[in-house]
Amino acid sequence: MDSMTLIAAASIITAGLAIGLGVLGPGMGQGRAVASALTALAQQPDASSTITRTLFVGLAMIESLAIYCFVVSMILIFANPFWNHVIGQAAAH
Amino acid sequence: MHLSTDEIILWQHGFFKLNLTIVTTWGLMLLLAVGAKLVTRNLTHEVQTTRWQSLLEVIVITIRKQIEEVGLRQPEKYLGFIGTLFLFIAIANIFTIFPGYEPPTGSLSTTTALALLVFVAVPFYAIRERGLRGYLKTFAEPTLVMLPFNVISELSHTLALAVRLFGNMMSGSMILAILLIVTPFIFPMVMSLLGLLTGMVQAYIFSVLATVFIAAAAGTSETPIDDKP
Repeated sequence: MDSMTLIAAASIITAGLAIGLGVLGPGMGQGRAVASALTALAQQPDASSTITRTLFVGLAMIESLAIYCFVVSMILIFANPFWNHVIGQAAAH
Repeated sequence: MHLSTDEIILWQHGFFKLNLTIVTTWGLMLLLAVGAKLVTRNLTHEVQTTRWQSLLEVIVITIRKQIEEVGLRQPEKYLGFIGTLFLFIAIANIFTIFPGYEPPTGSLSTTTALALLVFVAVPFYAIRERGLRGYLKTFAEPTLVMLPFNVISELSHTLALAVRLFGNMMSGSMILAILLIVTPFIFPMVMSLLGLLTGMVQAYIFSVLATVFIAAAAGTSETPIDDKP
């Protein structure tokens, strides 16, 4: 296996793993957050505006973790610096 | 397929590049500025106001109330900055209903610029509220050991703000582009509807987080409580 194939295979596998594993944690976290918010809403419907705002901000904070993984996998697939380097070297020869 | 609108270069002269992001941003700025100027040209105090004045009043009052609810006691001081952030991001995201429009918020350079604005605004407002000494003291809380962590958290806030907005907007257009290849007719429409919702939520989140950071740094605990009931 030459370095080009190795880089391509590693990038693709890592991109899939990054989004797959990286979404696990935030998914569970968001589920827990929404569940607690629903419980709180059922107990205190009067405080719905505060709970909803805090929930949205919290969800966005958690979601950004998954977004980081997505950005990393997108970079690995579409704008991979190592791949571009190898392509550049191959073009120079 | 391109990752961001920075890669579409419309005009180039030596070092200067004019890409789609810059053109769209300036177009939006022009639209917002000219629109606001046109509406506020003749404001009235009477009961009968124009439609556009009512619209702007509703927007401004809502933003003002939201800032106040997050915990800043005098929202007028922060209304200009946070309102501008919200309006710009919201307009930039909501214009995705027009076909062929690429949101400038889907480019990392735009979101980094916006996050850097927040990064500068937080110490600005904090120093104005507490003084330089009071602001620097917040880094050594609760103990001096936490100093490096507080600095790191300040930096990571900025990074997270930028990457969050960029990731959400970029993923929206990216998913749409992929779906157009797979299922071309109805389903992409539903996803673009979801993208509109995500765009509005992200605009809201960005401005609320900016408000929260400013409120945490500027601190409302030391200022005396107003005589409002």
